[in-house]
Amino acid sequence: MASAAPERLVGSVMVVGGGIAGVQAALDLAENGFPVHLVENSAAIGGVMSALDKTFPTNDCSMCILSPKLVECGRHPAITIHTLTDVRSVGGEAGNFIVSLYRRARYIDVQKCIACGLCAEKCPRKVPDAYNMGLNHRKAVYVKYPQAVPLKYAIDREHCIYFEKGKCRACEKFCPTGAVNFDDRDTEHTLNVGSIILAPGFQPFDPGTFDTCSYAQFPNVITSMEFERILSPSGPSGGHLVRPSDGKEPARIAWLQCIGSRNINQCDNSYCSAVCCMYAIKEAVIAKEHSRQPIETAVFFMDMRASGKDFEKYYNLASEGHGVRFVRSRIHSVERFRGTEDCVIHYAEEDGMLREEVFDLVVLSVGLETSPASVDLAARLGISLNEGRFAATSPFDPVATTRPGIYVCGAFQGPKDIPQSVMEASAAAAQAAALLVSARRPVSGKPLEPEGVQPDVKEPRIAVFVCRCGINIGSVVDTHAVEEYARTLPWVVYAEENLFTCSQDTQDRMKKIIREYHINRVVVASCSPRTHEPLFQQTIQEAGLNKYLFELANIRDQDSWVHQCFPEEATIKAKDLVRMAVSKVALQQPLHEVRLPVTRSGLVIGGGVAGLEAGLSLARQGYPVTIVEKKPQLGGHAAKLLSTWDGSPVAPYLHDLIRAVETHPLVTVRRGGVVSDVMGFVGNFHTTLNVGGKQEEVHHGVAVIATGGHSYRPVEYGYGSNPNIYLNLDLDQAILRRDEPVVQARCAVFIQCVGSREPNRPYCSRVCCSHSIENALRLKEIKSDMDVFILYRDIRTYGLRENLYQEARRRGILFVRFDRERKPRVMTGSDVLKVEVFDPILRRTLILGPDILVLASAIETREADVVSKLFKVPLNPEGFFLEAHMKLRPVDFATEGVFVAGLAHWPKPMEECIAQARAAASRAAAVLARDCIGAGGIAAWIDRELCSGCRACEECCPFGAIAYIEQEARCDVNQALCKGCGTCAAACPSEAVSLMGFTHLQLYRQIDEALA
Amino acid sequence: MKHWRDGCPDNAHPLYREKRCTLKATPFEPRILAFLCNWCSYAGADLAGVSRLQYPHNIRVIRVMCSGSVSPHHLLRAFRKGADGVLVAGCHIGDCHYLKGNYMTLKRVRFMEEMLRFAGFDPARLRLEWISAAEGIRFAEVVREFTATVKGLGPMPSFDAVPRAFAMG
Repeated sequence: MASAAPERLVGSVMVVGGGIAGVQAALDLAENGFPVHLVENSAAIGGVMSALDKTFPTNDCSMCILSPKLVECGRHPAITIHTLTDVRSVGGEAGNFIVSLYRRARYIDVQKCIACGLCAEKCPRKVPDAYNMGLNHRKAVYVKYPQAVPLKYAIDREHCIYFEKGKCRACEKFCPTGAVNFDDRDTEHTLNVGSIILAPGFQPFDPGTFDTCSYAQFPNVITSMEFERILSPSGPSGGHLVRPSDGKEPARIAWLQCIGSRNINQCDNSYCSAVCCMYAIKEAVIAKEHSRQPIETAVFFMDMRASGKDFEKYYNLASEGHGVRFVRSRIHSVERFRGTEDCVIHYAEEDGMLREEVFDLVVLSVGLETSPASVDLAARLGISLNEGRFAATSPFDPVATTRPGIYVCGAFQGPKDIPQSVMEASAAAAQAAALLVSARRPVSGKPLEPEGVQPDVKEPRIAVFVCRCGINIGSVVDTHAVEEYARTLPWVVYAEENLFTCSQDTQDRMKKIIREYHINRVVVASCSPRTHEPLFQQTIQEAGLNKYLFELANIRDQDSWVHQCFPEEATIKAKDLVRMAVSKVALQQPLHEVRLPVTRSGLVIGGGVAGLEAGLSLARQGYPVTIVEKKPQLGGHAAKLLSTWDGSPVAPYLHDLIRAVETHPLVTVRRGGVVSDVMGFVGNFHTTLNVGGKQEEVHHGVAVIATGGHSYRPVEYGYGSNPNIYLNLDLDQAILRRDEPVVQARCAVFIQCVGSREPNRPYCSRVCCSHSIENALRLKEIKSDMDVFILYRDIRTYGLRENLYQEARRRGILFVRFDRERKPRVMTGSDVLKVEVFDPILRRTLILGPDILVLASAIETREADVVSKLFKVPLNPEGFFLEAHMKLRPVDFATEGVFVAGLAHWPKPMEECIAQARAAASRAAAVLARDCIGAGGIAAWIDRELCSGCRACEECCPFGAIAYIEQEARCDVNQALCKGCGTCAAACPSEAVSLMGFTHLQLYRQIDEALA
Repeated sequence: MKHWRDGCPDNAHPLYREKRCTLKATPFEPRILAFLCNWCSYAGADLAGVSRLQYPHNIRVIRVMCSGSVSPHHLLRAFRKGADGVLVAGCHIGDCHYLKGNYMTLKRVRFMEEMLRFAGFDPARLRLEWISAAEGIRFAEVVREFTATVKGLGPMPSFDAVPRAFAMG
């Protein structure tokens, strides 16, 4: 793999682009022992995700989930952020690149800037704010957004009066720290890196040239990105839903889909942008949530493409639960309605009738495209682009560009959503790590040593930070009242409210306040400790506090979000939760962790493509791996597939992959084996395999679950009653064998969504539309005069797969849509197949007589609960594994050290399985890269004075962490073995055993305060 | 200040006195305490929030690492301090993050139910549920349903009334 000689390998990586993909790639590499240069061309990292209000399908607040990652990136010692910087050129080769960077002058000394904002206040020049899509103005000296990382101002020399006229310098006069430096100059410098990851992202399509949608003419026709900013609490209207022309609250909003996507008449974007259907649904739902009065929302679409994890359910909920109207239609034009500020939409419905409707606001769901700057970058770096102007990649190596050593992730690789970008980012990191493995640096897992003198922890001095979370908390809970209340609580010496407590500036403030007020315990009232506790703990640790002297009051996920109509009660509850947290943390004492060694090897369960790729990637990163496969052969479902959607044959790839796995010295393969028992925890798992009846124990530090999926065996459409009814996978094989019935067929019918998008399986299987179209095209290839029909509900050929759909229509394949309520009927009597389907365009029933009938059956999991129970990781209601976070931790579990990839996570095509598998390997390698793992902290402790030696605790401990000491007739806890469940504490009749961090005293105090 | 029933905890901080006074003439709103395990039920409760599922505001949550760490003493304390209902929720049997903590929970809650019955209280005031990290909908439903149940039972009788209630019962 490595093309440079080991001694010339440079162990650092450059990541280009500071959006979520770039940030994730940087973090993964840094955690794996590779220093990172993160190059961003604007003044701050965060990318498009930072500008979004909410994210689908969980309605998570975008800034809230992104912010901890940005802060982590900003403070990571192995990551250097280069803002306002472009890549000029790249010389050298994989393993040893010479990069020339061009840094534009910021005119602000980042060491001196304290982000007080005085410069912007005094700056007389107003400039349309690009971050808010030009909907409002910022000053010529500006910070990109309030939670920016780095939170440093910059002077926009294009608009600065001093640069135009040679005088002003007001900012310089008023800056209290002398940070303004007009002598700053653009600089060029070079970096020496081993590998490069490109994540420059996308630009939203500019609909200005589309005269039919009147974007350029009417202020009340806006783009989806503009709408995101209007919804956002940090946006131009402060999160208040108003329309641009007159500031009126819109009562009727329309979304027009596929603006700048699936369109080769008015633009060059033939592809589907893959995210617009979902973001339009999200915006419609959130608009309803934001608005004070009930509003009407309608989405005008061609095909609803809800094929990602939980998307279909989100779509159903929007239409049935929230009353969002979905209109299957083609838009003719948007015009001003009779001299008002309203817009009238002319559209044709499926029946061909032209209709019109009036809306207060029209949102154009604009597509994703590669910016001209990124096209230039590709040319300068010498990497190829594909027909959609995205970085050209192979489905079998989805994050490798055409130039060795340069990898790609995110929307520059193809239009995609956030989880997919995050997966690719981790996958790209894994690829770079494998390339540079011999130059990796050791990573210290030691906890941060507190700086300076440990403050006195006996007398509590508590600071309370109340988060408004934009409007997520602030719109329901009176956070100001909570802050005031917190100030009155015992031991609280400081309280404040923040727009976002998790943002970089508040972290810095928090540290300052801890020092200034001699704070020794901190309470944050915000979201869930499950997502944000580590961030705040690190902050207080950096301020010199033991990280356990912290408590989070969950006033969002368990308060403002669930009592939206009861602001008064939610405020009381928030006060109660803060009081409980304060009373608990007051009793908290510093806790110390013990360091445990890490078993530096992995176990992969499943020998399909995902499992093999994950295993091979770990091995290439230098870690021994055991791959266990239930079946006697490797390869899983890939062995049955002819080609990927773009026609690349699977068999040669799979052959090479299996060979690479089998010949890699660090990989052990166990065929015909299953996991029968799992003991231990992250870094130290002891798993028993049952290989052909023989028990075998494997010690490993991490595990990747890649148990795959299965094809649903349909009970509908006469499957099994006639030999000419195929499933898509069977048809692949029949085509390969050139089976007589297939080759001789005069008519073929495909039925989509067989078992998918049904009440008992309420999800889309994602791959079937493309697979059926591929096979339909193959049939046409075999016999060009064959009549081929595809009966579908929505064609979901997302991304560049849309080209396949266009090709199919060009080749005369006929598409007939049906509703779930009016499915096709299959008659199999007297050996002749007959299919009846209602055509909504012709408005009549068609009777087809196919020679072969192909069913696109759902993907499902079987017996996933066995592995789920062994590793104590959850499944979702559909039986797929449930990751730690749907958006930003797509391959992790909440349980540390266990990861997921492939169909076991969700139905997906091969290139996505490969990317996810490598992502899982990257995340798993980050655990193995550490020299030790902290354990304990939250662990049981026995008060020797109180212990009577009854051994009740010893009996109930599932980990054998408690031992009875004969000589003393007392029990004691082995901190290294204790997992901190506290079962022993509850078993002790004299409460001599306590779980540190959750002591009896703390629990009693919480109970008392909850009921006070 | 509608929902916290007027109760006079014996050693409440003086700061909370003002709050108690405002609660009088309102209809009965039960006070419900919930112990949720960190790995499943607390995550399920977060999911209910992320999904914006609305449920009654009578509940106050205490996060514990495992439902198996909730002892009868904790439950008793909650009732003694005036909780009208107590919910204990953990991972489904077999899914416990700590292997078998929830078996202990099952044993202890069943034992507490007997205790309550013995003392003349309705054991329906104590509820044990298994709620996974994926069951946001279920969490919201459980809270709604349990709140309604406790509302139906009326205020928790004072512990001073135990002998009388027991004699009657």
